[in-house]
This record gives sequence, structure tokens and C-alpha cells, in this order.
Amino acid sequence: MFTRRASLNLISVALLAPLAPAFAQSEKLPVVATFSILGDLTKQIAGERADVKVLVGPGGDSHVFAPTPADAKTLSAAKLVVVNGLKLEGWIDRLISSSKTKGKIVVATKGVKTLRTGRSSHGHNHNHGHSHGEADPHAWQNVANVKIYVANIRDGLIGADPEGRSVYEANFKTYVEKLDALDVEIRASVASIPPERRKVITTHDAFGYFAAAYGLKFIAPQGVSTDAAASAQDVARIIRQIRAEKIPAVFAENISDPRMATRIAQETGTKLGGALYSDQLSAPDGPAGTYIDMVRHNIRELTKALGDQPAP
Amino acid sequence: MFYDLLIAPFVEFEFMRRALVGASALALAGSPLGVFLLLRRMSLTGDAMAHAILPGAAVGYLIAGLSLPAMTIGGLAAGLSVALLSGLVARFTALREDASLAGFYLMSLALGVTILSLRGSSVDLLHVLFGNVLALDEDTLLFLAGVSTVTLLALAAGYRALAMETLDPGFLSSVSKAGGPAQVLFLSLVVLNLVAGFHALGTLLAVGIMILPAASARLWSPDITRMTLIAALIGLVSSATGLLLSYHFNLPPGPLIVLTAGGWHVVSMIFGLSGGYLRRLPPRRHLEA
Repeated sequence: MFTRRASLNLISVALLAPLAPAFAQSEKLPVVATFSILGDLTKQIAGERADVKVLVGPGGDSHVFAPTPADAKTLSAAKLVVVNGLKLEGWIDRLISSSKTKGKIVVATKGVKTLRTGRSSHGHNHNHGHSHGEADPHAWQNVANVKIYVANIRDGLIGADPEGRSVYEANFKTYVEKLDALDVEIRASVASIPPERRKVITTHDAFGYFAAAYGLKFIAPQGVSTDAAASAQDVARIIRQIRAEKIPAVFAENISDPRMATRIAQETGTKLGGALYSDQLSAPDGPAGTYIDMVRHNIRELTKALGDQPAP
Repeated sequence: MFYDLLIAPFVEFEFMRRALVGASALALAGSPLGVFLLLRRMSLTGDAMAHAILPGAAVGYLIAGLSLPAMTIGGLAAGLSVALLSGLVARFTALREDASLAGFYLMSLALGVTILSLRGSSVDLLHVLFGNVLALDEDTLLFLAGVSTVTLLALAAGYRALAMETLDPGFLSSVSKAGGPAQVLFLSLVVLNLVAGFHALGTLLAVGIMILPAASARLWSPDITRMTLIAALIGLVSSATGLLLSYHFNLPPGPLIVLTAGGWHVVSMIFGLSGGYLRRLPPRRHLEA
């Protein structure tokens, strides 16, 4: 069914191909990004010239996404497909081949200096997960990496739509300036937190790059992937660690079980921070509708929980 | 050694104590209900109703997220309507009640999974299907304890009618009109307990802590009161053991609680004094002098 629909699409694309130039003037470039953060970055660079669709929308989990036939259809129509790479989207390769998309694939993390999982929070991450030592895919948590992301996206867009080169380059330049300002902002915020309080617990270890770049320590009760259920031993270990290291705050992510974080916070008497957005943006009218808003939101929540009051 | 293995985890960690209290509350109220389900040949009905809760809870989840009242109300509504509907279908069509229940529970399960996926993430689905006994907050714990208390009080009040209705419905209907209300009360209590169990163990496993201890108890005594007591004991021991196993062996707690109850069930099947395998072997020849 799946492949038949895909091949029907292929046929219709082939049939319509002679008509394509006629549409080209008015139609926007069809681009697909795998999840909302990449979608936002692509929109920032493409501006009005592209119609950017996102496969895993806000609130979804791109680690364990189950694609629908409609996604294959979206993909088969794309001229450009933006993926994160580093095995974040395990499902994407099969989806790309089954949708027979002719779009060019842009791997946004190409050229990013990767971190290994498990060591991302300064060796204090005691998880016995299966994913030890693989490259951590959450590279967008370091703003410097996002500059590489958007450069890759710019090159991909220019490749698919050479006429728009000047627009893409101009948008890229403006956006990189914003990213630089954001980077300065983060460093200033972290500097305002007393060094001994720069550590938090969060329910899903997605902040390895943020930790490495900005000097905050993130400790997670689960491994890097969100699919394992926590055992009583995992929770006990985290609680012991919070007590031993006097960690000031616990954070829940927008995609993990918030009840677990609440329980840990109450039991250890630590502060429960607001939701951090790690893998997905919020809805457009939410607190983290774009990448830059997301990072701002996170750093605001972090400084709020860690900054002001002295340790008890 | 003994202390480290059995007591220390509960002393050191509040979440372990909460999980124990929550699971015990479920086991205490669930075991008499399980015994009645078993005696009324409705063990699989319990299972079907547990699945029927899912779409209701899913709608609650869709509207209000992981919210206790929304998911509870949705689950209760869905569970009660499936119990009611399958009774009606059995009465007014050619289908027997088991077939109509099977139909309803498969539809509910599929509907529930579909509704949950509207929210976008399969992580959510896992939370709802399996619950989280380690993350019981104040409200959930009070809810579990409240349900347990109400169930035990209601059962105490309606015990005679219910026992009679279970064992000899013809006799009860000839002397009293309590049969109908007793049955409705009983089914409502089952749904209520399944919804409570669903917050701790999830829809798939909630029924386990109800049926497994009861089925094991049946193998130790034919007496309904003793069965209830034995079932409650097995339920309590399984809850504590399951949590400790999860603690010491780094495994998820919900399945281990139900697996421990399953372990007791296997033991009971072999050694049970009232209908266990060994008891039913042909008696050895008497020694003759």
C-alpha cells in the first residue's frame, strides 16, 4: 500500500514534470524538515521563497516517530529534505527511500564537532544505557553548531533554487548575527549563576552540547533515548545523587513524564523548574515558537531556578 | 542484610513508600473484587473493561494532559458505558456477552490508541498504557486510597447480597430485589478500581493485581471469606516484592508487581490445597499392615 502510493506519486510527478516550469514562477520551493526546530531554521533562511513542511510537529518525539502515508506523500513532493542526522531520526532513511523523493537531502549536522553520549555531562551521567558512546544528536543545543546548521541549509537551498541565492545569503547573514547575539546572551546569563549552583537534573538527557558549550551540568534519570521506562533503582540513584551533590533544581522537559520530575523534586526538596524545550518547539503562539525563543525560554527558566536564591 | 534487602529502600526513599502505599491500596480493594469476578466467571470481563477505559482516559488526556480528574472522569465514563452496552447487546442480540465484550474491548483499545496518537507522541501512549507507580503525587495517592476505602466499605455493606447473587441468583431473586442493584454496584466498583489502578500500573496491567491474587486464592480455599483474605495477602506481598525487585534489579516496577503475583499464581497452581495439581493426583495406595 505504502510503496504503491509512493510509486503512484512518482508517476504523477513524472506526468506533471513538463508542466513544472509553468508553475515554477508562482509556486514556492517545497521543502521538508524532519522536526520543528529544523523547520524554523529552514524558514529563517528561506524566507518567503519556500514552503517549509515539518514531519514531526511540536510536542512529538522525533526519536520514536511513526511516519504516516501522508508524510511519505509530503516527502515525495519535496525538492529539498532537511534532516538532522547523527541517527536522531532513525526512521528517516526508510521513509526517504520508500517515498522515492527526488529532493536533495541536506544533513544539517554536517561539519559539526560531535559529542559522545554518556560523557556529555562531564562523566557524571551514570546511565547503563545501550547508547553509550554514540554521537549525541542534539547538537542544536549549542548556538555555535546552529550556525553550521544554517550554513548547510543555505547551501542546500541555493543548490535547489539557484535563483534565490542573494535572498538566502542575506537571510543567512541576518540570522547569524541574531545567533551571535543569542550566544552572548546565554553566556551572560550563565555567568550570573554562582558556579557551585550550575547543575540541574532533567528527565531526558538532551543538553549535552549546551552543557559542554556553556558550562552547566545536566544530569538525567534516563538514557539519551526517551523510550526506556525508569526503574525504581534509576530513580533512587538520581535522588541519592541530588542529595550528595546538592543539586539545586529539577527540570521537566516538554516531552517526558512530568510526574516523575515532580516526584523527584518533592522528595529531595529541590526546586522544580518550568518546562525546558529540548527536542521540539512549542506551538507558534507558545513560549518557544522559534529556535531563538526556545533557547531564550530555556535560559530564562534555568537562571530563574538556579540564580537568585542562595543554597539552603 | 535482611534490613538492606527489604526495609532500607522504603526507609530511604519516599517514592518507594508512596509506591508501596498506592499498590497496597489497589491490592486491598482489588482482591475481593477479583474474587467476585472469578466466582461469577467474569475474569475476562475485568480484562475487557480495563481496556475499555483507555479511550475515555485518552480523551481526558487530549483535553487536559496528564491530569488526574480529566483522565479519571473519562475512564469512568468509558468503562461504565462499555459494561452497560455489552450487557444490552447480550440481551438484545444473538451475541453472547463474552463475544460482545471482546468486540467492545478491541474497538476501545484501537480507538484509545488512535486518540492518543492525535496528540502526536508515542511517549504519551507508553505513559498511559503502563502508568507510573514511581511517580504518584499527593492527589493520585489520595485518590487511590479513597477508592480503596470506598470499595471496601461498599463491599462490606453489600456483601451478603453480592455473595448470594454470585452463588445463587435464583434464590436471591425469590426473596429480595437486591440482585439488580448489587450487580450494578459491583460493576461500578470494578470500573472505579480499574481507573484507580490505571494511574499506577496503566490500563494493560491494572487488572492483573485484581485477578491474579484472586485466582491464586481460589486454589487454596473454597471458602469465599478465606479466599478474599488470602487474595488480599498475596496482593500485598506481590506489591512489596515487585517494588523491591524493581529497586534491586533495575527493572520497571509495574510489570514486576504483576509478574510477582503471576509467580504466586504458578506456585498456587502446583501446590494449592484446594484444587492445586499435586492435590489432584490420584491418592497413593494406603499402607497396609
